[in-house]
Amino acid sequence: MAKKTNRSVLMQGNEAIAKGALAAGIDFFGGYPITPSTEIAEIMSEELPKIGGKFIQMEDEIASISSIIGASLSGAKAMTATSGPGVSLMAEGIGFAKMVEAPCVVVNVMRGGPSTGSPTKPSQADIMQARWGNHGDAPAIVLYPNSVLESYQLTIRAFNLAEKYRTCVIVLSDEVLGHMREAVTLPNMKDVNIINRIKPNIPPEWYKHYSKNPKYISPFASYGEGYRFHVTGLAHDEYGFPTNRADETQELMDRLKEKVTHNLDDIIQVEAYRMEDARSVIFAAGISSRAAKEAVIKARKSGRKVGMLRPLTIWPFPDAILKKYMNNVRRIYVPELNQGQLINEVKRVMGSIWNYTNTKSHSIIPIQKNSGQLITPDEIVNIMKEKK
Amino acid sequence: MQNIPQKIVQGKYLRHKKNFPHVWCPGCSNGIVLGAIIRAMAKLEWKRSNTAMVSGIGCSSRMPVYVDLNTLHSLHGRAIAYATGMKLYKPQMNVMVVTGDGDATAIGGNHLIHAARRNIDITVVLINNYIYGMTGGQYSPTTPTGDKATTTPYGNLDPTFDICKLAMGAGATFVARSSAYHAIEANNFIRKGFEHKGFSLVEIISACPVIYGRLNKKGSPADMMRSMKKNVIPQKSYDKLDEKQRNGKMIRGILQDIDKPEYCEVYDELVQSLQNKKGNK
Repeated sequence: MAKKTNRSVLMQGNEAIAKGALAAGIDFFGGYPITPSTEIAEIMSEELPKIGGKFIQMEDEIASISSIIGASLSGAKAMTATSGPGVSLMAEGIGFAKMVEAPCVVVNVMRGGPSTGSPTKPSQADIMQARWGNHGDAPAIVLYPNSVLESYQLTIRAFNLAEKYRTCVIVLSDEVLGHMREAVTLPNMKDVNIINRIKPNIPPEWYKHYSKNPKYISPFASYGEGYRFHVTGLAHDEYGFPTNRADETQELMDRLKEKVTHNLDDIIQVEAYRMEDARSVIFAAGISSRAAKEAVIKARKSGRKVGMLRPLTIWPFPDAILKKYMNNVRRIYVPELNQGQLINEVKRVMGSIWNYTNTKSHSIIPIQKNSGQLITPDEIVNIMKEKK
Repeated sequence: MQNIPQKIVQGKYLRHKKNFPHVWCPGCSNGIVLGAIIRAMAKLEWKRSNTAMVSGIGCSSRMPVYVDLNTLHSLHGRAIAYATGMKLYKPQMNVMVVTGDGDATAIGGNHLIHAARRNIDITVVLINNYIYGMTGGQYSPTTPTGDKATTTPYGNLDPTFDICKLAMGAGATFVARSSAYHAIEANNFIRKGFEHKGFSLVEIISACPVIYGRLNKKGSPADMMRSMKKNVIPQKSYDKLDEKQRNGKMIRGILQDIDKPEYCEVYDELVQSLQNKKGNK
């Protein structure tokens, strides 16, 4: 028995995200108030100055994302937290972070949209925004926890992935997940794996800020360390200087894509629950997966072979894992708090395996809600009964 | 460093890899301002590795690629916000922003006033050429009323910004204006801006002969230089003019130079006091 185990504490989801960021070694937070994410900024404003970190409330969300990218390029582990309307404003900056490969973390505590929508109600309608929010092609790494403890864990993981793959990583949460309280036992810090960016160990005159690397993970310097490099949102060469050359532009775009697609095993996490003999599957993420799990338990009690697949990494979408489990499955239920975002991805993946549109035996069934209320386990169970 | 020939000074601060020739048109003032910035850095003996130049989007914002510093060519209007993050995280770094009239006062106006309000130690060198040059000549918040731009074919209806007054109103602690014609003065003002502890803004009135000049029949680059000489005048000369004569004239000189607590220092004091508290416990 370890002498000192951390005590179980009652904690809110947003608090867990802030604690996770602090555990990951955050030293810069730039934010702007927005419901339902504000607690994260409030905790940061209290905690960061204590440890010499920097907190600043910027004049808007555009300035927030800009400030964290500026700090990140100077060497900071940087984060901002907002909700859907804020992410809309940050879209250009998120694309910039991906283009210039500045590690940073953006938390989106989702609320009802579009526009001002329902600020105090949960939603899962920003799943596609998290993928395609910025203009132009760029891969997205997006994580979505479903509990307070996991909010803590995945925030740490988001920082690790951002530092490792030099990109902007988005953590999705939602109003309920952000504000609900659960008893959690935080791990000892020595058990937490923290990844920091790899620093170059070559002389500055040899340094290339965007050098190619077979594993797509190359060392990179920060401003003010003697490696004077150029960063631009224009298409750029290995040194970071703007280029109009077709070969260099194609190479850049390929590398941005491949650094994610070549490391899917490292990035993707999926929880499989009671999938061993499942004939029906509930595919759910985030807060909806809590109801999904309960529905599996209930359905199993009445003898149905139901399982659940839950992506913790929403983007890149876990195509391979979905395919692996789907040989025996005939029905996929997709509960989500939107008008159909995850379900289209499931259809895209299953389309290559099933010809589900023409057969009665295979189907993908939406369970969708936009009212600002959660989907309940009973609602899922009842729909499963109808489909028998 | 004064005795070293100018060529060598400039050579030290410029990048030699594949970036030249530059993108600016013949007769453009941006090169004069780049020269002034380099001379100011050289005079203060700023270390290149400890100096950052941040820009947004536009003609002037292409400047960072040419200088051998920590350089960031960021998003349209956002340079000051990026610089704020850099400066706050690494206060020991010298951070300057090079921007234009459209970049800083239209799309980036919000960041300009709030950085001025915070009094964060950033120097903004604002090159005011009265036009959006990079996109081919649309009117900006400083295009004089009545002037032609590609989006004001009937003449500009908008009243204009006085950028220096805007910055002073927002709380900037060092504000100066000069022109590309008054190159030595511009050079000195930029140096003073660099030396100033707190937010500083140096507006350099500049010439865009190829786009603004051509649209408004301002003549050759030399003619535009002459008009800068005539129209950008010291306070004393301005005071002597009557209301009618003041039309189209701008005041050059140091318009604001005051001391106020600098943002990063205030933040550090907070950090110190919190850590002392912790130590006392």
